[in-house]
Amino acid sequence: MASIKLENVYKNFGKTTALKNLNIEIFNGEFFVLLGPTGAGKTTTLRIISGLEQPDSGKIFFDKEIMNDVQPAFRDTSYVFQQFSLYPHYSVYDNLAFPLRSPLRKEKKEVIDKKVTEIAKLLKIDSKLKNKATQLSGGEMQRVSLGRALVRNPNIYLMDEPLSSLDAKLREELRIELKKIQKDLNATILYVTHDHVEATTMADRIGVLKDGVLSQVGTPEEIYDNPNSIYVANRLGSPKINIFDLDKTKIPSKNKATHAGIRPEDISITNKGNYDVYIETVELLGAETVISFKSDNVNGMLLTQTSDTFEEGKKIKIALNNKKMLYFDNNGMRI
Amino acid sequence: MVDTSRSPTESSGFSRKLAALIIIIYAVVTLIPITWIILTGFKSVTSSITYPPEVFFEPSLEGYVNLFTTRTRQSQEYLEALPPPETWYEELVRSREMVIAGPSKFFGRYANSLIIGFGATFLSVFLGALAAYAFSRFKIPLKDDLMFFILSTRMFPPIAVAVPIFIMYRKIGLGDTHLGMIILYTVVNLSLAVWLLKGFMDEIPREYEEAAMIDGYTRMGAFFKIVLPQATTGIAATAIFCMIFSWNEYAFAVLLTQFNAQTAPPFIPTIIGEGGQDWSAIGAGTTLFLIPVMIFTVVLRKHLLRGITFGAVRK
Repeated sequence: MASIKLENVYKNFGKTTALKNLNIEIFNGEFFVLLGPTGAGKTTTLRIISGLEQPDSGKIFFDKEIMNDVQPAFRDTSYVFQQFSLYPHYSVYDNLAFPLRSPLRKEKKEVIDKKVTEIAKLLKIDSKLKNKATQLSGGEMQRVSLGRALVRNPNIYLMDEPLSSLDAKLREELRIELKKIQKDLNATILYVTHDHVEATTMADRIGVLKDGVLSQVGTPEEIYDNPNSIYVANRLGSPKINIFDLDKTKIPSKNKATHAGIRPEDISITNKGNYDVYIETVELLGAETVISFKSDNVNGMLLTQTSDTFEEGKKIKIALNNKKMLYFDNNGMRI
Repeated sequence: MVDTSRSPTESSGFSRKLAALIIIIYAVVTLIPITWIILTGFKSVTSSITYPPEVFFEPSLEGYVNLFTTRTRQSQEYLEALPPPETWYEELVRSREMVIAGPSKFFGRYANSLIIGFGATFLSVFLGALAAYAFSRFKIPLKDDLMFFILSTRMFPPIAVAVPIFIMYRKIGLGDTHLGMIILYTVVNLSLAVWLLKGFMDEIPREYEEAAMIDGYTRMGAFFKIVLPQATTGIAATAIFCMIFSWNEYAFAVLLTQFNAQTAPPFIPTIIGEGGQDWSAIGAGTTLFLIPVMIFTVVLRKHLLRGITFGAVRK
């Protein structure tokens, strides 16, 4: 395992900018999640680290060693692709053994056998080892794909939305499993996703990407509680943070803030509240209830744990937790 | 009433029967010459030249015996003085008042055809696959122009350049050699191979070889371990086309080969019997000539079909 560092990395594809002055450091043994929407440059970052893509400028370090001119094979990374790219003409066993049989490693037959069986058991695909890769369900394919990455001990595991093609239940299972494996192996993982739940549940640190620029890096708590822009605030949390235009509400302004943000759980329904709103929809999520509300000018959402029943269209009073209020300027940056 | 028992995409029983009928008629028409030449191979020499032609005849292996032997005509007294024939084919030849003088050149020509045909096919597919991969994956300056240039080598009949090739081959000593013929057929086939295989390579997702490169293989290793097996369908199709061309090629073979590397196509028509063409021997030679390319096509067709279903399963 190694620590990975990208320094001033730029990458353009024709006229589109994929990465703009990217600086990231991923520490040894860290689970680092890159979060961002499609086209933010997440996959490009992985491809540049793995060596499948060359940066236009900037440096890539593994530990203290510069890796720019090193071939992918010799960088010793493992990569889980978004479309599970299992070798279709091989069996599951051969797929898992493939990296170990490479000319770089040439492991002994017994070693390969042991490692493959181990990883297959861990990922619960041991009964499928003799199947052709094409005779698996989507979930099994993705587990084989993960297994092929985990079967060896690379400098870093690169994972490109590995769970996105799975159904919700399996995704949850594998999320927990993956975090556990990472802790057991003390592995360095760079994990790319647009799913904020994956990010917050697994990450030691999160980096939020926007249009090829790294907006903010921090622990999930830091990013959640202390986002540096509306963009970052919007990335985490469900339901999303409420962003109010200060001109349209009675919320007191601060400095030169034009917008205020508050998370749904920081709004409470109370008779002492100083804002009158109407309930628009009510969504019961089990322990919690999501209520979307509106007043004359604004819409918002709040999260409540009370078991009261709410009627749509009813007028309620709400209070905002001012300590949790976040203020942003007209560029969407935090004040 | 509307018949709902079949899906709207499925053709009706009638149109399917009609299609089958058309195919059968077409097949029969195209197969008549081949059937005729195969039958001729099993006729006796006299029966092969009777007019009107005999559709029903007494089968004979005379054609095959004549194909593999050279014979001399002998007088009745000479034949009677010989010890009795040891084999059935000697007996057959003597009944035509001849004796076997030795083996014919057919076997050698046939072997030449096999060496040159398979050699050229292998080389075309191998070089074609490498070039197609490069065209499919790398940024090559003037890529489209180069592809067009490669294709343009097929825009005239190959025989149009026969004279320069003939002179060139004589100068550099490639005339009438196996290597020369393999190179020539490879050159002719290569443009087709590159174009066909590039299409198939384009279809193979890059992720496969990228995964292999990350798993510790060089690009060349990934190409042989991952890309080539994925391209089986394309390789089979290309190999069939290349094989059919190199196997059947006649004009260059007549021009450039004579003794050492002569292939079967220019040899078969030169089988001369007593008093004219020996049609049953020619029929026999043609029949044997058809077999390898037929087997080759049938064997590869299996890969062709498997490749197609394979592609349907793949994501």
